[in-house]
Amino acid sequence: MTTNVITRVIDGAQGWINERAPGLQQWMDRHAIKYYAPKNFNFWYFFGSLALVVFVNQIVTGIWLTMSYKPSAAEAFDSVEYIMRDVDWGWLIRYMHSTGASAFFIVVYLHMFRGLIYGSYQKPRELIWTLGVVIFLVLMAEAFLGYVLPWGQMSYWGAQVITSLFGAVPVIGEALVEFIRGDYLISDATLNRFFALHVIAVPFVLAGLIYLHLMALHEVGSNNPDGVDIKKVKDKATGIPLDGIAFHPYYTVKDIFGTAFFLVIFAFIIFFEPTAGGLFLEHDNFLPANPMVTPEHIKPVWYFTPYYAMLRAIPDKLLGVVVMGAATLIFFAVPWLDRSKVKSIRYRGPITKILVALFVVSFCILGWLGMQSGSPAQKLVAQILTFYYFAFFFTMPIWTAVDKTKPVPERVTFDH
Amino acid sequence: MKKLIALVFSVFAATAQASGGSNLQHSGADLSDADSLKHGAALFVNYCMSCHSLKYVRYSRMAADLGLTEDEVMGSLNFTGAKFGEAMTVAMTAADGEKWLGKAPPDLSLVARVRGGPDWIYTYLKSFYRDPARPLGWNNVLFPGASMPHVLWEQQGVQSAVFDAPHGGPAGAAPVFARFEQVQPGQLSAEEYDKVARDIANFLQYAAEPAALQRQRFGVWVLLFLVALTGLSWVLKREYWRDVH
Repeated sequence: MTTNVITRVIDGAQGWINERAPGLQQWMDRHAIKYYAPKNFNFWYFFGSLALVVFVNQIVTGIWLTMSYKPSAAEAFDSVEYIMRDVDWGWLIRYMHSTGASAFFIVVYLHMFRGLIYGSYQKPRELIWTLGVVIFLVLMAEAFLGYVLPWGQMSYWGAQVITSLFGAVPVIGEALVEFIRGDYLISDATLNRFFALHVIAVPFVLAGLIYLHLMALHEVGSNNPDGVDIKKVKDKATGIPLDGIAFHPYYTVKDIFGTAFFLVIFAFIIFFEPTAGGLFLEHDNFLPANPMVTPEHIKPVWYFTPYYAMLRAIPDKLLGVVVMGAATLIFFAVPWLDRSKVKSIRYRGPITKILVALFVVSFCILGWLGMQSGSPAQKLVAQILTFYYFAFFFTMPIWTAVDKTKPVPERVTFDH
Repeated sequence: MKKLIALVFSVFAATAQASGGSNLQHSGADLSDADSLKHGAALFVNYCMSCHSLKYVRYSRMAADLGLTEDEVMGSLNFTGAKFGEAMTVAMTAADGEKWLGKAPPDLSLVARVRGGPDWIYTYLKSFYRDPARPLGWNNVLFPGASMPHVLWEQQGVQSAVFDAPHGGPAGAAPVFARFEQVQPGQLSAEEYDKVARDIANFLQYAAEPAALQRQRFGVWVLLFLVALTGLSWVLKREYWRDVH
């Protein structure tokens, strides 16, 4: 093997570090170099790594935003405009962060959908899925907290509506709302604590959860679009699964491609349509927060609207809050609701395919309904779709058990 | 089935009404049109800035973005005595504004973003009509009950609004705007006035997001780079995956 000065220096440095940091090489082996992932990952398997890319983007741009942002009710709105106009490249950093927030939910929703259709939550991956649902819930909290910081009208009134939901809790409701706000209404005190939670507490928790999510994954190994357990067929001599390939370099290099492709779309939005027509940055949030003027139409950002539509569809406040909470918590139960013998939708019957497709459609329509003013007809549709949302999960043990299945192959399908 | 169709229809009908975006006129404002922006800046400073500030816009930044010299700005676009590096604020206090006009004139730095683009401003400037019932004698079809008088009436002339009785709606519904009628001609033709409204709207679109000029310029290069990177990383991936069978 020919060696040049560069490889000698790298090898030397690697040896030097490995002698002094025992376990580092094993750690790298365990999680990348000798982590064998199924070779038949498809398009849907990009979204996990993309979620990590977006997470890093949010952390880095977030750090730079805090350098110029002022977390006070008197200065917050002005400081955001200062970032947009007077800080060098401030507009770029801000748009990367605001677009990143929406991108985070896009990739996470698609990542969850992937898990749903390929049965990635089934035994032995229940813990990975459960940790993922916790990440989803914490991410929603993080997004809500961050949305308050620009201190526009929707920031203020959105915070007013969401925090008031805690008032529906019996007995302690009112005290709880006051505890969260740190005041009788949304105020400077609220903004200050939301800033603290948004930039320190919740990102820490998220980072820890993401680490656990990945460790849990690497313990049992990745699922794949066929739902075939690749560890069943191993090379006799090496013990490496025949359908497995080393995560590094095969999937690192593939994910670089996925990331670059994602960045094309991401950059297009940042540079040419940063408000996404009012979806990512809402028109009303360019008005400074005004406690004296209630906006005509208060609505959350698009990624919350499916759940917001459910909240509004229920006439009773407490019941509405319970339904909305249950709609997110129900994902925890999915590994135990699915009674199918096979994992992947590829080998399941027509009932599953139709019900999953309807679930996606109804989720999207609920998202659209959550952005509308909420006429009686829209409310009725939201009620029907909310019913379907829960029926999908509650009857899952039945339809997954009775639905026909096709025989699952011994090896993954892979054509190149 | 009929009921279902009716329901679907009513779900969408409610939206069309609520958004109300359909009654906006297309302004044709174009941020890359430097002359339009300069003209809009001059109009804004002369006609709007006696009341409306642009507190987030600095004269110096406007000069740099619009291709104006410091002398041009300080000589013909700055009447407030502010320094070149200062923001485009007005002398009128909110209290005075409220006393004189009924409502303090809002800062317009972000109006184009609040209204979702220049078309609302363009339509607004074209929708004033004589209404003796209002304190200052002016009303606006797009923004009924607006406190602002028609500042550009000498240019556009005076128009009155014709309303139709509501048809089919519930009893007591508001009359529906039908058309404007020119009562008194202005100094400008209709086309010339459209250009005035368009250039002001264009300038306010710029003022709402000065970075828009930069981001579109850089965006082209960023995208070209990323497309090349995507292509290159695809080739790299294919090369690495050659031995996966």
